[in-house]
Amino acid sequence: MGHAYTPGLKVTEKIQVTKKRILPLKGDVLVKVGDKVKPDTVVARTLLPGNVEPFNVANVLGIPPEDIMFHMLKKDGERVKEGEVIAKSKSFFGLFSSECKSKAEGTVESISSVTGQVLIRGNPIPVEIKAYLDGDVVEVFEREGVAVSTWGSFIQGIFGIGGETHGEIKVVVKDNQEVLTDKLIEKDCKGKVIVGGSLVTADAIKKAVSMEAKGVVVGGFDDKDLRDFLGYDLGVAITGSEELGITLVVTEGFGQINMAEKTFSLLKSKEGMMACINGATQIRAGVIRPEVVIPYVGDMHKKEAMVDLENIGLTEGCPVRVIREPYFGHLGKVCALPPALQKLESESSARVLEVEFQDGTKAIIPRANVEMLEE
Amino acid sequence: MKGLKPEDIKIILATDCGSTTTKAILIEKRGEEFRLIVRGEAPTTVEAPFEDVTMGVLNAVGEVEELTGRKLLNEKGQIISPAKGNEGTDIYISTSSAGGGLQMMVAGVVRSMTAESAERAALGAGAIVMDVISSNDKRLPHQQIQRIRHLRPDMILLSGGIDGGTTTHVVEIAELISAADPRPRLGTGYKLPIIYAGNVNAREAIKETLGDKVDLTIVDNLRPVLERENLLPAREKIHDLFMEHVMAQAPGYRKLMTWTDAPIMPTPGAVGLIIKTIADQEGIEAVGVDIGGATTDIFSVFQGVFNRTVSANLGMSYSVSNVFAESGLENVMRWVPFHMDERDLRNRVKNKMIRPTTIPQMMEELIFEQAIAKEALRLAFIQHKSFATTLKGVQQQRTIADAFDQSAGGLTLVNMTTLNMLIGSGGVLSHAPRRQQAALMMIDAFLPEAITRLAVDSIFMMPQLGVLSTVHPKAATEVFDKDCLIHLGTCIAPIGESSARGGKEEKEILAYSFTMPDGKNVEGSIKSGEMRKIPLGLDEKTDIPLTCKASLNPHRGFDLGAGKGNKIEATIHGGVSGIILDGRGRPFILPTDPKVRVQKLKEWMLALDIYPKEALERL
Repeated sequence: MGHAYTPGLKVTEKIQVTKKRILPLKGDVLVKVGDKVKPDTVVARTLLPGNVEPFNVANVLGIPPEDIMFHMLKKDGERVKEGEVIAKSKSFFGLFSSECKSKAEGTVESISSVTGQVLIRGNPIPVEIKAYLDGDVVEVFEREGVAVSTWGSFIQGIFGIGGETHGEIKVVVKDNQEVLTDKLIEKDCKGKVIVGGSLVTADAIKKAVSMEAKGVVVGGFDDKDLRDFLGYDLGVAITGSEELGITLVVTEGFGQINMAEKTFSLLKSKEGMMACINGATQIRAGVIRPEVVIPYVGDMHKKEAMVDLENIGLTEGCPVRVIREPYFGHLGKVCALPPALQKLESESSARVLEVEFQDGTKAIIPRANVEMLEE
Repeated sequence: MKGLKPEDIKIILATDCGSTTTKAILIEKRGEEFRLIVRGEAPTTVEAPFEDVTMGVLNAVGEVEELTGRKLLNEKGQIISPAKGNEGTDIYISTSSAGGGLQMMVAGVVRSMTAESAERAALGAGAIVMDVISSNDKRLPHQQIQRIRHLRPDMILLSGGIDGGTTTHVVEIAELISAADPRPRLGTGYKLPIIYAGNVNAREAIKETLGDKVDLTIVDNLRPVLERENLLPAREKIHDLFMEHVMAQAPGYRKLMTWTDAPIMPTPGAVGLIIKTIADQEGIEAVGVDIGGATTDIFSVFQGVFNRTVSANLGMSYSVSNVFAESGLENVMRWVPFHMDERDLRNRVKNKMIRPTTIPQMMEELIFEQAIAKEALRLAFIQHKSFATTLKGVQQQRTIADAFDQSAGGLTLVNMTTLNMLIGSGGVLSHAPRRQQAALMMIDAFLPEAITRLAVDSIFMMPQLGVLSTVHPKAATEVFDKDCLIHLGTCIAPIGESSARGGKEEKEILAYSFTMPDGKNVEGSIKSGEMRKIPLGLDEKTDIPLTCKASLNPHRGFDLGAGKGNKIEATIHGGVSGIILDGRGRPFILPTDPKVRVQKLKEWMLALDIYPKEALERL
């Protein structure tokens, strides 16, 4: 593949981050353009229609469906409470009677004299959308939601679990290679986004949950621990809705892999600042990667020229990371890009490149197995 | 085709925009025949940050330019057409499954009848069926409403009732859809397309229920009477709407649509077309498989009936972890002739999932990846067999012999004994470094019985040829025969229980005699649990498979399609992997003792020259 290269994940000191905050159904927008918002500010609100509960009243009362209207005590559109009698029948000259009580609170939606079925629509379900970022409302989509924008540092992870949250950054490891173990997590991690090095152990993540930390950002995580933590084997990489009491952002991959130096030093330099994180990942059409946004406090709205990495192909001297065995996680620079296909040990023919690793050794790697890094 | 007559077409450029890679091929008329000249590929660019599928197309075409020296793009980055001298192409066509392909929801009244017919129509058109809603799917109405609301399909196919039958149930389903008020997946400025292909008497009521909320199209009932399906009108309408609504909304497709000289087809629809054409032309029963990054599609033609299934979460990159989860570690590892640490293995699988475009550099990684492929294919084929059935709900004449058989119809059409040809496609099969690896992957996954020819799509170009067959059938057929299909050979697998489960005495199960093209006789026998390769290749000049006369004599208890112990005479086709004699028995069971299993795996791999000997010894 002439243009085969994986654009690296974005790790940027300063960038404008804009997020759309949209309701699942139309509702009310509570803020206006120019408003300053905090992550917890509710920006839009709506009511989702309640769930529908069907009851076969005719069966309960032992009456033919076509007679249902004579026995109903509630009509279409009327409110009912849970346990309230909604239909009643009498037999044997009124000696025996039977009742049908509503199993849910809500409104009578329909009464069918064909099937004898009554549908009760439950109470509307309120839904609120929060700002997620510390920033400004830059656009309002009428009755749908808003766009919130901020300037700050931005780190894209490779995989995550858990949804949006925010907390103060706390780096508990000494460098990007240190493993985040349970011993490093103390009471003062409560409400914090903990930064680890090359790996987070299963015990550490459990301890972080028990200490009520908001999130963990780390280089690697073992799949076996992921399965134990989730309680199931993750088949398709669509995450974000887990409710495990913590959000995890993995920056490099599965297994023990040092967090990229640049990512670690960026997080280290922002220690004590608030980070907004989201573990949601979707590695499918419409790819979504987990993220860490560290909004700037104060007026930092000056624009800087961004390096448009996506439009630069692989060139000699370009820093890369190997993303597959046998050199998985190694960093180096491209030192040659031979154009012809080459045979690999697996006997596959592929376009390759030569990489010089940081220790000076060189290796031939398929171009598809590296990703570019920003300098 | 810009006014060009088919006979004036000499250069054809075709692309397939897959979920991971965009593939471009250049076909040229040389002398009197069309031949494939070169193939180029580039990562698909439908996702952020690019969000424009045409960039990947231009990159792939750029590679074709580089490799042929033929200028295909002008300074503005547009495809040059028509061809002049060493520049441009006469026609440009494309297929696509990028952006997740065509994602549909289908609805019908009875799950095993109209809903299943609707599902077949959608699958046949090349769609991924996200869910099937029916009156008897055991979900409560509010759950169905929530599901419809949550799914956000590209379109919905609604069916139900035979013509003149009851209308209530299908209208009820329409009411559920109306209550859910579904929105399309891509784009916000248009209504969700819904095709109604049910009882004619319910059309007015359906219009009243759905007309204002969605973009409703009505076509002929796909199950006008219980005994017959009429899937074509619904399938054609799905293709039209795919172009008009779905493609037009996907990033960059509006532009791509203006470039192509024929409508863009969904990739699986194009592959299905090619498989069906081969089966019809040669009058054979065929199974085709396309194993991709995210999904595995299986196509079959048995008794003249075409079926397609798509296993949405079985694939080699995006879905690799799901293959692992569904199949289980043990099932994958049973194909691997060496030990791997579970923790390391799990991490490798997940790393492939999160970085789906990487390729195996080491031999052990290749062996492991091919083991996963066998499981993905096996699981997808199980799904296919349960779906490719005779029509359910049809009253059948029964005899006294059926007295104990209470099945309500719906028997699988798939018959491995009568299957003539198994065709593989998709990266892991087409790009296997040794062709015999593809042969063994298909044999282990599909377990063909008796005599079955094996072939692979040489460089994964069936999608492009499928769409080409709609505009230039001659070119499509010629390229398919000469450049696309690689004949691997023939698998001969006696049906019967093999005794080779480890430690037991291995008995002779088949005696054979082949009269080779040069007149020489090759005779011998195979034992249970043994695999053997007998060379019979392709004609050097024409690349057409050589054939030989065979006399095959299965021992008592073994069957080659003519009954247990009955001798058969047959013409056997060769190929790049020759004749593969599979004495492992059907049903096939691997030895349970790990040591014996590994020893047997290595024995088979060496006999068929699957992996280098030194690698198998080292690992």
